[in-house]
Amino acid sequence: MTTASPDRSFLRAALGHPAFVIGLVLSALFIALALVSFVWTPFDPTKLSIANKLKTPTFEHWFGTDHFGRDMFSMIMVGARVSIAVAFVAVGIGMLIGVPLGLYAAARRGSLVDEIIMRGNDLAFAFPSLLLAIMITAVFGPGAVNAIIAIGIFNVPVFARLARGAALSLWTRDFVLAARVAGKTKARISAEHILPNIANLLIVQGTIQFSLAILAEAALAYVGLGAQPPLPSWGRMLADAQTLISLAPHMALFPGFAIIITVLGLNLMGDGLRDLFDPKLRRGR
Amino acid sequence: MTKTPIAAAAVSLLALGLALGVTPATAAKMDATIGMQLEPPNLDPTGGAAAAIDEVVYANVFEGLTRFGADGAILPALAKSWEISDDGLTYTFMLNEGVKFHDGTDFDAEDVKFSLDRARADESTNAQKALFADIASVDVVDPATVKVTLSKPNGSFLFNMAWGDAVIVAPESADGNAAKPVGTGPFSLTEWVKGDRVELGRYDGYWGNPVKLDKVTFKFISDPTAAFAAMMAGDIDAYPTFPAPENLVQFESDPRFEVIIGSSEGETILAMNNKQAPLDNIKIRQAVVHAIDRQAIIDGAMFGYGTPIGTHFAPHNPAYVDLTAQSAYDPEKSKALLAEAGVSDLTLSLKLPPPSYARRGGEIIAAQLREVGIETDITNVEWAQWLDDVFKAKNFDLTIVSHTEPMDIGIYGREDYYFQYGDADFKAIMADLDKATDPAKRTELMQAAQKKIADDYVNGYLFQLARTGVANAKLKGIWPNSPTQANDMTGVYWED
Repeated sequence: MTTASPDRSFLRAALGHPAFVIGLVLSALFIALALVSFVWTPFDPTKLSIANKLKTPTFEHWFGTDHFGRDMFSMIMVGARVSIAVAFVAVGIGMLIGVPLGLYAAARRGSLVDEIIMRGNDLAFAFPSLLLAIMITAVFGPGAVNAIIAIGIFNVPVFARLARGAALSLWTRDFVLAARVAGKTKARISAEHILPNIANLLIVQGTIQFSLAILAEAALAYVGLGAQPPLPSWGRMLADAQTLISLAPHMALFPGFAIIITVLGLNLMGDGLRDLFDPKLRRGR
Repeated sequence: MTKTPIAAAAVSLLALGLALGVTPATAAKMDATIGMQLEPPNLDPTGGAAAAIDEVVYANVFEGLTRFGADGAILPALAKSWEISDDGLTYTFMLNEGVKFHDGTDFDAEDVKFSLDRARADESTNAQKALFADIASVDVVDPATVKVTLSKPNGSFLFNMAWGDAVIVAPESADGNAAKPVGTGPFSLTEWVKGDRVELGRYDGYWGNPVKLDKVTFKFISDPTAAFAAMMAGDIDAYPTFPAPENLVQFESDPRFEVIIGSSEGETILAMNNKQAPLDNIKIRQAVVHAIDRQAIIDGAMFGYGTPIGTHFAPHNPAYVDLTAQSAYDPEKSKALLAEAGVSDLTLSLKLPPPSYARRGGEIIAAQLREVGIETDITNVEWAQWLDDVFKAKNFDLTIVSHTEPMDIGIYGREDYYFQYGDADFKAIMADLDKATDPAKRTELMQAAQKKIADDYVNGYLFQLARTGVANAKLKGIWPNSPTQANDMTGVYWED
């Protein structure tokens, strides 16, 4: 077992992995856009200018303007912030609840608690994730916060299963046995020995879930259940563009590309990370 | 299925024509397919409120004593003329003779009595029973004459009788009209394919001016994108109320199509909850109204289609008063009014039903209100949710909706109506209007009512919804305006 801390050889391997580099660059691009949007956008993304509506891209408006004359580039920037924030917090909720549940279930393998946790997960898994999200936002009302909760909830079983599965295989290992002989409690072993050793798996899964959460957020916003106006959102920008697609294709193109590129970038990065963390593949280098 | 024999016949006819050395004139197209957004739940206009029912059957399948013309004027229909007694209480209708229902039975005064008595009966399911409320009795004088006696004078009685809800039906067939409508109109139902279309065929026994089309198909396409594609592909010949104004630009630039812009009865308003703080304060309502730039909403949400209004009244009505200046866009005045009312950090809920005038208009209004310091909390709702939450439970501050019923200013007299106005002075004006039969007096009262609601800043009056339609450039006779919910096909024809 190797640790996940980035030493020099890891860094070299990472930079030599094209998919990871491309993924990292694409994801970093949108994270940078989102961060910059806090201090600067070319225009106020909520400022309407009906006279300037449906302008195709120009030097002034890089991505053109939408049906209310808002600057599309500014909206994409702030939309990135919304997408990334929603996805980040949602995946965080999934991890924070799912991982301890999985670890606990693994530590109490075969017990009633294990059964309850895992069958509960099965139940949550049985619902199509987006349907569950729509159900939650329909009950608690649309909005960014409820979208976060909805996406977060369907991330819980993903991490719980992953953590349990990975932890189970570690519980039989000698170093865990040694720790038990040394008198450590199951909780301490889970935190000090199991968790660091499954961290790389969780990071890879987290990256993949992050891209899925961005898609889910866009889908919720598209049906009107995500972030509410005037806050820009990629999914709603697509929904707005739908009837105007033959008149102003740029309105659908740019948010569509933003979603594709971010999701693609995160997926490539996740794949790359998996390769880099995989000891079998690393030995080959 | 029928295509092959017709094509074969056409070919043989052509061959015959060539053989005889004459060129046959291209036969004019005799059928038309009309696109509609919603499918009617049934086809009985006397038993349902859905506008889609009238949009299929009004003037086409069913006729009343009087009818609306394309310009909203009241014209004779089954009644060829009428006399009104001096006290305004007795209406004597002289009926057209030789009129037959689609099932072959004769139309006469008994049918009129039956229809009106049925509509005003206690167990009637008519959606507009108020139209018949003033009728005291209906008497058959002779088969071609019917006398209607009112309990009090009603200046709009002939107008009421022109509604789709007041059409004349036969006792033999009235109960089956929902699925199999039997009327006196120039078209009769040939087929109804649920979820897709209603087909009407020409009724040869029609009493009036013969119609020019053999067949009319109403096709139901609710998705604007699909409607656009169907229009472009020529699958439908006309879409009289096209749902997506943004696509009209493309139709306008295409010589195959004609864009028909008319006025509808839809007053689009920013409704305010008059009995709930803080909008129970007239100063705040006035501040909201002055923060709104109507033209920006018309341009931004409706792509320029729509007429600004300053009160709840259709601008094409002769009695309309233009009060837009009273509530003109003036953000500074709005801020001053808010300061005067002593409020800051105002956040109002804004609930938006699905139509684009509301969703898009709502975003624009939210931005305009933000300019004067009023924040809005936007919630997009579906119609069912809007009816429950806004219309019934009155759980809202602001909402946007288009009131499409003709002459519906009377809703302001209803205290329990969702925007909760019901002012006593206003009710007095409406009571006087109900009694008045003199046209000049009626106009004066209608104008007083318009001014009263504008003075009280009951709601934000945005614009009159345009009726934006598109039709094949060769199809003529489609109504540009909609004085009532109808697609009158009786005057529609193909130009050679």
